[in-house]
Amino acid sequence: MSSAFTKSAARNIFYGGAVFFFLLLIALTFDTMGQLPKRDNRENLSESVIRGKHIWETRNCIGCHTLMGEGAYFAPELVNVYTRRGPDFIKAWIQGQPTGAPGRRQMPNFNLTEEQLDDMVNFFKYTSEINTANWPPNIEG
Amino acid sequence: MKYQSQLVAKPYFIAAIGLFLGQILFGLIMGLQYVVGDFLFPEIPFNVARMVHTNLLIVWLLFGFMGAAYYLIPEEAERELHSPKLAMAMFWIFLAAGVATILGYLLVPYATLAEWTGNDLLATMGREFLEQPLPTKVGIVVVALAMLYNLSMTVLRGRKTAINLVMLVGLWGLAIFFLFSFYNPNNLVKDKYFWWWVVHLWVEGVWELIMGAMLAFVLIKVTGVDREVIEKWLYVIIAMALITGLIGTGHHYYWIGAPEYWQWWGSVFSALEPIPFFMMTVFAFSMVNRRRREHPNKAAVLWALGTGVMAFLGAGVWGFLHTLAPVNYFTHGSQITAAHGHLAFYGAYVMVVITMISYTMPLMRGRAANSPLAQTVEMWSFWLMTVSMMFITLFLTAAGILQIWLQRISDQPMSFMAAQDQVALFYWMREYAGLVFLSGLLLYISSFFIKGKAATAD
Repeated sequence: MSSAFTKSAARNIFYGGAVFFFLLLIALTFDTMGQLPKRDNRENLSESVIRGKHIWETRNCIGCHTLMGEGAYFAPELVNVYTRRGPDFIKAWIQGQPTGAPGRRQMPNFNLTEEQLDDMVNFFKYTSEINTANWPPNIEG
Repeated sequence: MKYQSQLVAKPYFIAAIGLFLGQILFGLIMGLQYVVGDFLFPEIPFNVARMVHTNLLIVWLLFGFMGAAYYLIPEEAERELHSPKLAMAMFWIFLAAGVATILGYLLVPYATLAEWTGNDLLATMGREFLEQPLPTKVGIVVVALAMLYNLSMTVLRGRKTAINLVMLVGLWGLAIFFLFSFYNPNNLVKDKYFWWWVVHLWVEGVWELIMGAMLAFVLIKVTGVDREVIEKWLYVIIAMALITGLIGTGHHYYWIGAPEYWQWWGSVFSALEPIPFFMMTVFAFSMVNRRRREHPNKAAVLWALGTGVMAFLGAGVWGFLHTLAPVNYFTHGSQITAAHGHLAFYGAYVMVVITMISYTMPLMRGRAANSPLAQTVEMWSFWLMTVSMMFITLFLTAAGILQIWLQRISDQPMSFMAAQDQVALFYWMREYAGLVFLSGLLLYISSFFIKGKAATAD
């Protein structure tokens, strides 16, 4: 780099750029928080859905599945599982694990109660109604 | 090595390499579970293996960063570390917390672990990469703050250089953004939005400062190029990293419920994110080309050049590959993401930590460089690990393209598992490449035990 461009100029670009773009990120974040109520389906965030999210977390579901495309890529996307499979299938599936089919990927059984299964279904119903800009591309996730 | 207290880096590096080996073993278990689904089930379900794999990566890289900081900050500040005893105490606390956490994952059902560790008081667990129980998260904060106190005191009373200031700013940023891991709102969209303030602002933000400082430090030492030149490069690179990377966070906000303008902000800024990585490549090569000395540690020079190239490929090229919103619409959450994750972490952070270890370990063991044979073995391990990681990435990319086509684009979309069966061949090849990576890592570890007369500059 040419000598006309000094180290202190470079340093100033670093500090100035970092501060400016961090403030821009904060400004965009404020705007995003203002727009979220129209998109994030918070009106349906019931006690049961909140319990469902807690079950989702404490069973480490994200360790195999994706949710809105984030997580592990070992098992199906679940943001839209409510629309893909419906409530009864979801409950039966969770209860029926592991399949024990030789050589196939296995999901543990988490011994969820009937109420907890309902919480999971309600959680997935809530996630399926979040405005995700039409993602995933199709029902298969 | 100029100061006795720099030696505290040594146990940090040894722990880092040990945990790295653990990470790779669990990676191989997961790789096999991709094709032999019931392998080790129910003893080690996939989700447990994955937690161990990713958490070990994070912990050993943190060990590497801390070791690097304890080595380079006294040398740059031209004084002994403020408190070597505190640094050693933090080493044992961090190691104990890390090992206990991994054992907790392996031996206790996750829901029980959550109950035991106070997750009902403050629920932070069960989110990707932030699976650690509450006491571990608190421990990470304590260890980080004690380290920052120790390092900041050292710099405050010593010489302030661009390298130690950038390292310090990077580590402070690391600690501050980790605090978002304690924020877990019930609202899933907000949860995900701020989860990225840890994950993205670490790996595509402040970690790049840490990486840049480490690389600049080693390049000054092994090339003898004027500090003014290297530090100017450092500032320009990290300026570009933050200018592109901060708003580049938007590439994670396309499909999680955030407003759709993020598709523009995220696409434009993250398309620029390869620039700082490309500059790092140019930086490493041009400094080595303009070297004023022949450093006897050729292995360290190789790692420094390697990290420049592989970080650009992994973070830059493979990141760009799927960062534009119209492309990401199809690639999001597929094996493409996994491919990028592997090469980016290896090329940027694994390799820069090994660069630092490669340069400093011989010095801490009382010689400028290892014997020629030890260096030859280390360079073989460089090629084995680097080439096999490249192949892991290519196989996962192939798997990803096929997966996306079958599951998301074709006229009769397949279900997730049906598509997985179709791409199994690539998973097998990835697993074989993983075995080559393991052999490279074992060779790397063995190079520390090869004796012989220290190499000299020829």
